[in-house]
Parts: sequence; structure tokens; C-alpha cells
Amino acid sequence: MRENVMSDTIVPGRWARFRDSYLLYSFKRDLIAQISLVIFALLIFAAVFAPWLAPANPYDLAQIDILASELPPFWIDGADPAYLMGTDAQGRDLLSTILYGARVSLIIGFGAVLMQAVIGVSFGLMAGYLGGRVDAFLMRLADIQLSFSTLMVAIIVGALVKAIFGGATFSEYAVPLLVLIIGLAEWPQYARTVRASVLAERSKEYVDAARVMGLKSRRIMFRHILPNTLSPIFVISTVQVANAIISEAALSFLGLGMPETHPSLGSLIKSGFDYIQSGSWWITLIPGAVLVILVLVINLLGDWLRDVLNPRLYKG
Amino acid sequence: MTAAVSQHDPKASEVASRASDADVPLMEIRHLHKRFSLSGDFLEQLKFKGGKLIREQEYVHAINGIDLDIRRGEALCVVGESGCGKSTVARTVMGLLTPSQGEIRYAGQRIDNMSTKELLPYRRRMQMIFQNPYASLNPRMTIQQTLEEPIRLHHPDWSRERVRDQVRDVMDSVGIDPDWGPRFGHEFSGGQRQRIAIARALAVDPEFIVADEPISALDVSIQAQVLNLMMEAQQQRNLTYLFITHDLAVVEHVGTRVAVMYLGMVCEIAPTGTLFAKPRHPYTQALLSAIPRLEDDRPQHIRLQGEVPTPVNLPSGCVFHGRCPHANERCRKEVPRLIDVEDGARVACHGVEEGRL
Repeated sequence: MRENVMSDTIVPGRWARFRDSYLLYSFKRDLIAQISLVIFALLIFAAVFAPWLAPANPYDLAQIDILASELPPFWIDGADPAYLMGTDAQGRDLLSTILYGARVSLIIGFGAVLMQAVIGVSFGLMAGYLGGRVDAFLMRLADIQLSFSTLMVAIIVGALVKAIFGGATFSEYAVPLLVLIIGLAEWPQYARTVRASVLAERSKEYVDAARVMGLKSRRIMFRHILPNTLSPIFVISTVQVANAIISEAALSFLGLGMPETHPSLGSLIKSGFDYIQSGSWWITLIPGAVLVILVLVINLLGDWLRDVLNPRLYKG
Repeated sequence: MTAAVSQHDPKASEVASRASDADVPLMEIRHLHKRFSLSGDFLEQLKFKGGKLIREQEYVHAINGIDLDIRRGEALCVVGESGCGKSTVARTVMGLLTPSQGEIRYAGQRIDNMSTKELLPYRRRMQMIFQNPYASLNPRMTIQQTLEEPIRLHHPDWSRERVRDQVRDVMDSVGIDPDWGPRFGHEFSGGQRQRIAIARALAVDPEFIVADEPISALDVSIQAQVLNLMMEAQQQRNLTYLFITHDLAVVEHVGTRVAVMYLGMVCEIAPTGTLFAKPRHPYTQALLSAIPRLEDDRPQHIRLQGEVPTPVNLPSGCVFHGRCPHANERCRKEVPRLIDVEDGARVACHGVEEGRL
């Protein structure tokens, strides 16, 4: 009861804090951020509810009609009104396939970033807070990881798994495998950013106060230092989601990502690429445009977030 | 964590120690040395010199052999200019830094080599107040969370109500309205923040508090308030203070005894009254002569020559010999030890020992 009285009379609640925050204020004044957020939300919504929104299920072989293959989108002569965005070479409805594909791309993008964040944040915290040999070891590990390009690691791991377990197994576990590959390849980004912030926070007196209190290192790292390093983590997370989606598309385009029976945006682009010369450009270009828009809005949102959370950087 | 607390039951050991060693100083610092490496890691220490690969290490000698006793119920002030190692003493005593050499004993028990877990019962008995109230409160935690954290850690068996009552009591005692608990640190002024930081230190009912320049970052008009608050707390809770400061007026106000530090050494330690009435060490004399006084329109400042030497390459003998007007050959060669003089004062000076000064 007392708490209610307090929060009503003196202390603004969580919602009121948000309403008065600089975050919301700057969002209201930034048209690009607003448009980006709307498009991003629409894409997420469409991807999440793809099974209900899509006119057909591209994974259901019974619904695919090979005779209806390579039909153009609705604004071109010869289109079938049943297939709004046309069909691909196998006769799958392109709109449905894109919705399902965006779903796969987003799952891999967010999953990989989650994995990068878990590994990178823990390593970064340990390196920054414990220092000394732990720091040297983890940062050299990060250097080694960074000296391989993401694609190279992905190609090697992907090729090895395919060679050892066979293509069928690879196709079956493609999503978790891609999450693992992209997640492992990019954790140093997080580790370095977090370490730099931790080094700045560690020298502040509230960390000493927590140590004097007798708290364990783990609690100090996660409860005291981590909440104060969240801003840069949020900012790089947006960039990393976009990067992970691009990496996945690139891998799929190279044939090391999602199989054609279970396409992501990248494998859709790849599957249409063979037909681009024969005039069926839409199979490649429409999913390509969706991919570009998705990555672009995420990056624009990330830019806005960076400017808000780090005003010094913005004003120079 | 629960097990650790119940193993060394803090209440029981506290009662025992309070009863048994009333005469033992609460805190004993013996031959304390602390040096910080300047040379980086192993690879950076390797250097070519004269065609040979040698390992070179350089250190900042922050503390060079300090002996201090802190008696129960007193406020021991440590004064000295910037960089003389006062804060390093405070941080080493609290276990934030590990000493390079020497021992620290708390109530007769050696604590400088204990693990975090072994140290936990002592953490409840000794707390620290920091210099900068703008940095010593976690910006992402409310005052309530900040104050509850130490209580929950040290009393895991307490109910929520009891923890909350304790927080209210301690906020009341430092003059902060307990209804402000859900607010964040940045919503308070510097003086209020320092009160909250004091409340955090008092929350676990400690008996010993290290205060590292607790009022230097505050506005002058607030300094006296916070100082009085600390002195009230000392009387009510029977606290012992190790008070680090560079403000001699503060020393005169709060100190039971004063230790004067210069370049990582204690040069004089004496009861406050004695020190101000009769400073013996040439450095203390110079320091006290620098206090501006209303009544003297012809100040007799003792002007020291030169600068404080670098703590990387310590001077031989007495660290003060380069600037001391009374230094002789012995001062340049032999490190003076603290010797007892009258009125309970101890001075580390060959001149005083020989009766030259």
C-alpha cells in the first residue's frame, strides 16, 4: 500500500519516465526513424504471421502447380490474379514464399545476434572486469576470430558439416547451424565493445562500493556494470542483426545456407538468379528488394538509436 | 553464501572480539608497501640495452612502509598533499588493493590475504565512504535498491519487511526522507548523494568506516553538514573512522589523532591537539604554517624549496631530505623510523631524534 502511495505522489512510474524521456522525444521529431519503425514493424508482423497472411503454403508440395511456374507479378500481362507477385520456377506463389523466407531470415538474424551477444557480452565483461591474463587470453581469441572473415568461417564449417553428415542432415538443421555459424563468427564485435565500456565503468566508485560491500565478481559484473553498458550494446545489436541477415543471404546465395525447399530471402534470390536471363527477373528482384528494405530500415533505426544514446558522438 | 555467513557467525565473533581485545587496536597496519607497475605486461618489459635483451620493470612506490594503529572509537585522520598515498592506504585497508608487502590486521585477525568469501564477515564490520558522490552511486539503481543490496547480502535470512525497516531507519538517520527510496541517484544534489552514500555504509551497522576525502567534492556550504552528520553517527553508533583528507580545518574538527604523510611515508603521528600546538617534523611545520589565519597580517609561511620527488625513483634516506632546511648527511643516507616523543606523538625525523630540532 505504501508503495502505491509513493509512486502516485512523488515518484513517476515506468511509463511516465518513458513518456518524458529523451528517447521518445527525439523519436517524435525524427521522420526517418518513424518511417523505418513502421516498415520494420510491418515486415516483422508479416513474417511472424506468415502462415495466416500468406495465400499459399510454399512448403506444402500439394499446393504447388508446376504448370503455373514463372508467372509474372500482377502488373504485367499474362499474370494470374491468384499469384499477386507471380510465381517462381517451381510454381510457388512468390508472395507467400517471400513472407515465409523473411521469417526464416529474421529468425536466423535475431538468433545469431542473440548468440553473439551472449558469448560476446560474457567474454567482454570478464575481459574488462577481471583484466590481466583473462583479458589477454580472451582478446587474443577475439583477434584470431576477427582475422577470419565471417564468410570464410561459415563456408568452412558449412562445407565440413555437409561433407560429414550429408546434404540431407544439413538441410534439416540448416537454421540452428546458420545461427551457430554466424553467431560464432561475429562475437568479437560485442566482446570488444563491452570490454571498452567495462574498462570505463570499472574505475568508477560505485564499482568499488560494490566490492567493499563484499559482492561477488559475477554479481558486480552482471548487476552493476552490465546495466551501465547497455547503450552501446543496443546500438551494435541493430547493426549486427542487419549484418547477420546479410551474411545469411550471402551464404544462401552461395548454396551454403537454407535449402531451396525451405527458402530464406537469400536462397530465393539465388533460385531466381538462374532465370534472370530468361526474362523472369521478378523471382530474384522482388525478394532482393525486400531484403534491401529490411536491412536498410534496421540500419536506419540503429543510426537513430546511436544518435540518441550517444549525443556527444552526434554533435561532434 | 548463506553457509559462509553462518559459519563465521558475525554476531558471535563480534561479541567475542569486543570483549577479549579491548586493548588491541581495531586496525593494525604493519610495514605496508604498495607499488604499482608502470611497465605493462611481460613482452613490454623486455628491452634491448647495450646489445643485450634485459627485462626492465619500473614501479610507482605509492606506499613505502607504513605502520599505523587505529584504536577503537577514534577518528584517525590521514593528511598529506596530492599523490602522497593517502587514498592508496584507504583502498588497501579496505581490500580494494592487495598490499605488495606488509600486513593488515583487523581486531587481531590478519585480513590482507583473505579470499573474498573469508572476508565477507569483515565486510559487514568495515565500510567505506567515497570521495565523489556523483560516481559512487550506481546510476541504474534506485536509492532503495542501493541501500537494500548490502543488507540483503549480509543478512540473507532477514524478511523483506525487516530489510525495508532497516533501510527506512538508516535513511532517517542520515536525514534523507525514506519516501525518496524509489528515486535514482541523479535526482539528488551532491550533498544528498553523499548522505545516501553514508547511509549505504551505515546500512549494515559497521564498527569501522574508512572515509576517503568524503567532503572534498562537496560545496563548501554542504561540507559542514555532512561532516556533522558523520560525527553524530560516530557518537551514536560508536564508530571508528579512518579519515583521509587534505583539509587541515577538517582534521582539527574531527580528528582524534592525525597522521601526516609525505611520499608514501608517515612522517608524524600525534593527537590532534598536540600536532597543531607543537608540530615537530619539518614537513608538518611547513604544512601547518601554510594554514591561512585571520589574525596574522604578516604570515610566517615556511617556504619549501623544489617539488615533491617522483615516487618512481625514491630519494635515498629520508624522503623529505631534498626539501628539508635541516637535512644533513645522515638524512641523505638513512631512512628515519618513527620514534616516540612526549605527549603521545611519534615522529620520523633524525633531527628530532638527535635533538637538533
